[in-house]
Amino acid sequence: MDIHEYQAKKILSNFGVTIPRGGIVYSPENAENKAREIGGSRWVVKAQIHSGARGKAGGIIVCNTPLEVAQATDKLLGKKLVTNQTGPEGKIVNRIYIEEATDIEKELYLGLVFDRSSESIMVVASTEGGMSVEEISKEKPETIIRSKIEVAVGMQNFQARELAFGLGIEPDLIRRASDTIIGCYKAFSELDATMVEVNPLVISKQKQILALDCKMSFDNNAMFRRSQVSELRDKTQEDSKEIFASDRGLNYVSLDGNIGNIINGAGLAMASMDMIKLAGGAPANFLDVGGGATPEKIVKAFKLVTMDEKVKVILVNIFAGINRCDWVAEGIVDALKKIEIKVPLVIRLAGTNVEKGNKILKESKINYIEANTLEDAANKAVAALNK
Amino acid sequence: MTVLVDKNSKIIIQGFTGKMGSFHADEMIKYGSNVVGGVTPGKGGSKHLDLPVFNTVKDAVNETGADASILFVPPAFAADSAMEAADAGIKICVAIVDGIPSHDMIRIKRYMRRYTKSSKMTLVGPNCAGIISPGKSMLGIMPGHIYKEGRVGIISRSGTLGYEAAQQLKNLNIGVSTSVGIGGDPINGSSFRDIIEKFETDDETDAILMIGEIGGPQEVAAGEFAKENMKKPVIAYIAGLTAPKGRVMGHAGAIVSAYGESAIEKVEILKECGITISKNPSVMGDTVKSVLEKM
Repeated sequence: MDIHEYQAKKILSNFGVTIPRGGIVYSPENAENKAREIGGSRWVVKAQIHSGARGKAGGIIVCNTPLEVAQATDKLLGKKLVTNQTGPEGKIVNRIYIEEATDIEKELYLGLVFDRSSESIMVVASTEGGMSVEEISKEKPETIIRSKIEVAVGMQNFQARELAFGLGIEPDLIRRASDTIIGCYKAFSELDATMVEVNPLVISKQKQILALDCKMSFDNNAMFRRSQVSELRDKTQEDSKEIFASDRGLNYVSLDGNIGNIINGAGLAMASMDMIKLAGGAPANFLDVGGGATPEKIVKAFKLVTMDEKVKVILVNIFAGINRCDWVAEGIVDALKKIEIKVPLVIRLAGTNVEKGNKILKESKINYIEANTLEDAANKAVAALNK
Repeated sequence: MTVLVDKNSKIIIQGFTGKMGSFHADEMIKYGSNVVGGVTPGKGGSKHLDLPVFNTVKDAVNETGADASILFVPPAFAADSAMEAADAGIKICVAIVDGIPSHDMIRIKRYMRRYTKSSKMTLVGPNCAGIISPGKSMLGIMPGHIYKEGRVGIISRSGTLGYEAAQQLKNLNIGVSTSVGIGGDPINGSSFRDIIEKFETDDETDAILMIGEIGGPQEVAAGEFAKENMKKPVIAYIAGLTAPKGRVMGHAGAIVSAYGESAIEKVEILKECGITISKNPSVMGDTVKSVLEKM
């Protein structure tokens, strides 16, 4: 789960990270007042969307008067911002963060992630703040320093100090810098985060160490014990079909193609998408109805896939194990009584009682194309598209 | 030798009396697995499916001599149950459950560092289908009848894709020595490399089929291990050619976040390690067959 910049800043400031003064607003009037309340003579108006690279997309505006702050807010609110991370449909701006402008002396990068090789938390830092970590590792890999943290004992002061000295921070500021790094580590480990990124972490001309922009992501599996974090979810930043799916226990990812998929198991779903591509088609979605493929889930899956106007063919691929093909077939027949399908439908069943399952499908009056193997299913789906 | 489980494995079910635990215990017993009891804290002393129920794993081990366990405990309590099994002297534990927080998985793995190599429990999963040695024992939730007895080892992150492979092999009259589902989570108990190493020393296995997917370093680590240390042939399929970068594809661990984690990159690296690649998921069985014919 992702959260907004202003939410991440609030969390990190609770762990001792210094952030510029700022506040969240929902209207231009609100914004003007907030600017006066913050004080100073320059402000930054920042669109809050779940994406990086907002600056390049026009989502961050520097202003010199409270009136300009109001105008910039008016310009951004309700707008869809398209960044290189949002896809062409962009993300809607419903909240604006107003922040005092910072006189930047130096921009640094600080990131924390799980390292899957060592199964520990990795802290990554670089002197090249402001660039994405991918850009840094491509263009200035020599500036990257890493520290692997033993989670059983947590991050130690010396580890944070080593990173701070490694970033070339002057001696007077080392203590503040290491407190900042440890604060980010604590937020990561105490809140079940999967990513904390402060980019840039800046040293201001006034010799403050400030988190100028931050991102945090959290482990969905841990939200049962993190109610304060899960409250921060903003559904306006998510794809509506993906919300429909997650609310119904389905795993769904919206894609660009036109062959809709209903499959049981994440691996089999990815494999089926691969077969579609090899057959010359493109999947409209990833959809895993779960290993069990219960009739209820199949009904929901058909509803979801038919919501997508791009879909020109539907491919169902179920490998029935403990759940038998005859049971799955009854579920499909039942679903098609409830939902009208206007596009060609290809069904491939495999596993337990496959003959019985196919017999049930044939004897029902549903209009479909039967397939036997993964390859056959993909080829028939692509052929149906071209008819 | 059989990898991880055999006819003599004495199995207990953790979360025995719940719906999932009961259903799959029954399936395992029908398959012929030697299930000797189960654990549900607070229900010790009672009987379930005609088998004894214990309050703690230690009690179950003391009374029955159990050496294998399978977890059907809700995700919030699963880490605790796995550590309890490790502490009670269980040798092999399969965690079926999907949804264990990653921070909990790291905690389990750190906890297990207290044991010496010989006394350390092997944890398989979570978010997996479990283990089956066809004709001998099933410590999992797979449909047992799709596996033919034989000499090919299977390791898969995905459950249903592992079934697909077993079925393709069976259709070609090729059997399986042991199939291990290592699960779809980012941090898991046993990696591809851990299991591939066990297959290399297993005298009932001739070749290994490894079914990977996008995300994480484990397929590549197994490939590098195979290149340096293995004599048996390894065949691999990697799912997720069409998966977009940075998106989680169903499995919590199926996300491309670094170089070498996409399907194309993994395939290239595995080829360099001398591993035979199944070019698509429909020919996993055929690819294994052609490798076996050359042996």
